[in-house]
Amino acid sequence: MRVLPFGDRAILAEYDSLAETMDAFRTLNAARPPGVRELVPAARTVLACIDPTQISLRAAEQWLRDTKAIHAVEGMSDSVTIPVRYDGPDLAETAEFLGINVDELISRHSSAEWQCAFIGFTPGFAYLAGPTGLEVPRRATSRQSVPPGSVGLAGEFTGIYPRSSPGGWQLIGTTDAVLWDETREDPSTIAPGMTVRFEVQP
Amino acid sequence: MSTLVVVQAGPNTLVQDLGRPGLAHLGMGSAGAMDRAALALANRLVGNPSDAAGLEILFGNASFATDEDVWIAIAGAWGSVTAGGRAVQPHTTTMLAAGETLLFGQAANGIRYYLAVRGGIETPVVLGSRSRDTLAGIGPDPLVDGQSIPIGPEPEAPIPPVDLVPVDAPTTGEVTLELRPGPRRDWFAEDAWHVLMAADWRVSPRSDRSGIRVEGPALQRRNTGELPSEGMLPGAIQVSPDGAPTILAVDHPVTGGYPVIAVVTDESLDALAQLRPGQPLRFRLATGR
Repeated sequence: MRVLPFGDRAILAEYDSLAETMDAFRTLNAARPPGVRELVPAARTVLACIDPTQISLRAAEQWLRDTKAIHAVEGMSDSVTIPVRYDGPDLAETAEFLGINVDELISRHSSAEWQCAFIGFTPGFAYLAGPTGLEVPRRATSRQSVPPGSVGLAGEFTGIYPRSSPGGWQLIGTTDAVLWDETREDPSTIAPGMTVRFEVQP
Repeated sequence: MSTLVVVQAGPNTLVQDLGRPGLAHLGMGSAGAMDRAALALANRLVGNPSDAAGLEILFGNASFATDEDVWIAIAGAWGSVTAGGRAVQPHTTTMLAAGETLLFGQAANGIRYYLAVRGGIETPVVLGSRSRDTLAGIGPDPLVDGQSIPIGPEPEAPIPPVDLVPVDAPTTGEVTLELRPGPRRDWFAEDAWHVLMAADWRVSPRSDRSGIRVEGPALQRRNTGELPSEGMLPGAIQVSPDGAPTILAVDHPVTGGYPVIAVVTDESLDALAQLRPGQPLRFRLATGR
């Protein structure tokens, strides 16, 4: 783990792997000292934004260094189940790329326990990390408009488009679940650290 | 409840308060007034809390009217502003009478006027703020001609007994922004840091609330690999593969994959709001703390 400077209001912790980053974020987020305003997890980093009137950068750095990441155990995090119709336009092609048949792809995707590593791209767009063996490249050309509720795969992640946007993920399914609603107190259905399961819907 | 009528919206007029910090982990930036101090000052001049919503008026050429007498104050950019034909000084409290027109001319210093109205702008609160986030598309749409927007009830605090707050106009000359090191200095060629600090930069016209692009020499990279996206903040100076720096502003994407060489300090951040296209710009390493 490395700690890197980020101006006068933030400090960046960098880890060696996605798994380590996720464990670190969960552990840090559970014991935030006063003055740490935001913790923004990403693929290899956690950005800690501070209020310098409440905590010094030095103290924040010490906290990042001293926190020993705890690996998640089952039942430790909040969980959500997302019903999916596996009807995406890239379903067959994705299965073929992985060298498995469509039923096998659906079974692997829906039986796995995924975990939200971070959110980015658009509000509520969760990058969900899960089992190995489902890694696929992005599409060679992005789609101009991906419909909301599209479930996709890209790299080591699965994700759901909360709203219509351009996108290059391999689309394998669709959900009616609302992923983002700014009128709710918790606008994002999925938050970093949460466990996500997909349920096959006919 | 009184109403502010948008007679002429101008090129881009937005409702802004001090934003909605704390949601970056859900993919939402803070948005809010780009020049926080200007909005807070205008609010205090009319007895509002500093974080009440006002209007952020880009460039000017906009006009407003009300159905009742209201107290107003203007801060941020400077230009010719009149109320019912009378000149309105910046950083003063002025009565806009019912039916009179408040007219903003083209800004001569800076580019973003802030208009505070006693009672505040009372458009609906979304996730704790009335601010328009131009990237996420949350909060009220940019104002349009003929629109009416509600003004809130009289605040408890009186109009403070000051005639004028002496604040300098945003400069039209060279602006110096203070920087602190960013996380990815080691991704750049040896001389890139020196070039950043020594060069004469210029504000690109392709700048907005998500980022200020600056024109000047290329900041050469040593590491041309791909950086996994990481968390960002307003003021972070991201450098694209061709070596061009962009200073992220309040509506920036919450994560980004270009390396950050340096970060504008909190104190210099408000100045980003008032940078005019083509304006000369320099960077300096912040000292202290």
